[in-house]
Amino acid sequence: MQQLLSLEYIVSILLSGISLGGQLALIAIGYTMVYGILRLINFAHGDVFMVAGLVGIYVTAAVPVYIAIPIVILITVALGFFIERAAYKPLRSAPRMSVMISAIGVSYLLQNTATYVTGGQPMTYPTIQLLNKTVDIVGTPIKLVVLITPVLVLILIVLLTMLINKTKIGMAMRAVSKDFETSRLMGIKVNTVISATFVIGSALATVGSILYFSTYPGITPTAGAMPGLKAFVAAVFGGIGSIPGAVIGAFLIGICETIIKGLPSAWDVSVFSDAFTFALLIVILTCKPTGLFGEKATDKV
Amino acid sequence: MSNILEIRDLQVRYGGIEAVKGISFDVPEGEIVTLIGANGAGKSSTLRAISGLVKPASGSISFKGEDITGKDANEIVSRGVILVPEGRRIFPDLTVLENLKIGAYLRKDDITEDLNWVYDLFPRLKERSWQAGGTLSGGEQQMLAVGRALMSRPKVIMMDEPSLGLAPIIVKGIFDIIKEINKQGVTVLLIEQNANMALKTAHHGYVLETGRVTLTGTGEELLSNEAVKAAYLGT
Repeated sequence: MQQLLSLEYIVSILLSGISLGGQLALIAIGYTMVYGILRLINFAHGDVFMVAGLVGIYVTAAVPVYIAIPIVILITVALGFFIERAAYKPLRSAPRMSVMISAIGVSYLLQNTATYVTGGQPMTYPTIQLLNKTVDIVGTPIKLVVLITPVLVLILIVLLTMLINKTKIGMAMRAVSKDFETSRLMGIKVNTVISATFVIGSALATVGSILYFSTYPGITPTAGAMPGLKAFVAAVFGGIGSIPGAVIGAFLIGICETIIKGLPSAWDVSVFSDAFTFALLIVILTCKPTGLFGEKATDKV
Repeated sequence: MSNILEIRDLQVRYGGIEAVKGISFDVPEGEIVTLIGANGAGKSSTLRAISGLVKPASGSISFKGEDITGKDANEIVSRGVILVPEGRRIFPDLTVLENLKIGAYLRKDDITEDLNWVYDLFPRLKERSWQAGGTLSGGEQQMLAVGRALMSRPKVIMMDEPSLGLAPIIVKGIFDIIKEINKQGVTVLLIEQNANMALKTAHHGYVLETGRVTLTGTGEELLSNEAVKAAYLGT
């Protein structure tokens, strides 16, 4: 109990919770944006995040980190773009369930390919010097990645919000998310806008992967599943389709999970941290079925 | 006067259903042309085919003598043919100003002049330019839909049931605006169930029945035609 209430302990738990939340937020934005436009739960998104991690390992082995990061982002973005074109675009007028199955298929394809490439062996994410430096905060050594994450997430969200609210492509995204056909009548190329959404989602997931795997460096072919699922929960929690909702949801889940994991081991509750996350979702959705910032459950016309 | 749009043997199918069964008509430049007909006559499908939303099964559509059959919607908008869709279909979450700006999506030149033109035509939109489109009344939404279409600086504006669900006084205002837009040089292709209003406004009319053109004439000729009177004017 003494240990629980110490300032150092509280600060370190809160900081890592915020950091985990920020990493989940970067994945959650990809879920929520794609849902906003296509009404599709892109089950492959968590695996794209995992692939970004693996690609990160291979690329940093070949070139210095500051060159590697843009290359990894580019490769992941290309992957996200290609997945949409190959697996979702041909199903544009198909029932939503069919596209979802296509997404599940892509998810397994990515996991199996990762198993094939790595031989199923867990890989270790490289140590990025800057992110792994430690600093002292009220007497607790904290890895710099924990401090950089929330700041970076904040900057990226501000940029994304500006893109969506102030630019022409952002206006087109908001239009397409409401009405494909009328958007086409305005001369908007709907497929280009959808691709842009996947590009943004994949780029943010890549940044998330760098931060996440720098904190939890083991990557297996299924390493994207759990963070992906939690990010998805965060997106639903915040009201799927809403970007601020997804971000707030992700921070809440990250902080709650870290707090539970940090409870004394004698209580034996840390093993339930994932179950708690989902229990929280059930409670929230029972009270507010559309999530924190969800639109009313009107179907797309 | 030359025809800005020429439709020849246009057929439109949805799956196995033939919505338009080979219709031909002309839209002379600078005029108001109307297609009238009952529900299911193929009016909307015709406009959807011209605007590029659906690909015609066969037949041809030419704009200023150039074949535009089956071209993408954005290509057709950029040439100057725009559709104001049925039910207005404004973007409810975008502000009035954004709705107007998105109408000019393909344009790269300065749109200030056009914005002022639309605000002159519809002063109400100027007052509400910061409001979300979805908060406007039905009549105001129709104004916004027309204004949004005008922002693309069209040569031909096609309107699908602009009077639908609006009070008679508002309908009159919309038709006055249609005449005004036409006076300023925009060709209008109008489809309406309110045949009386449409024929009074139009220079030229075509009557569509189950996917075919069955009658044609000037607006006045059709207004005094016994068959049209019986079927569409209820007199």
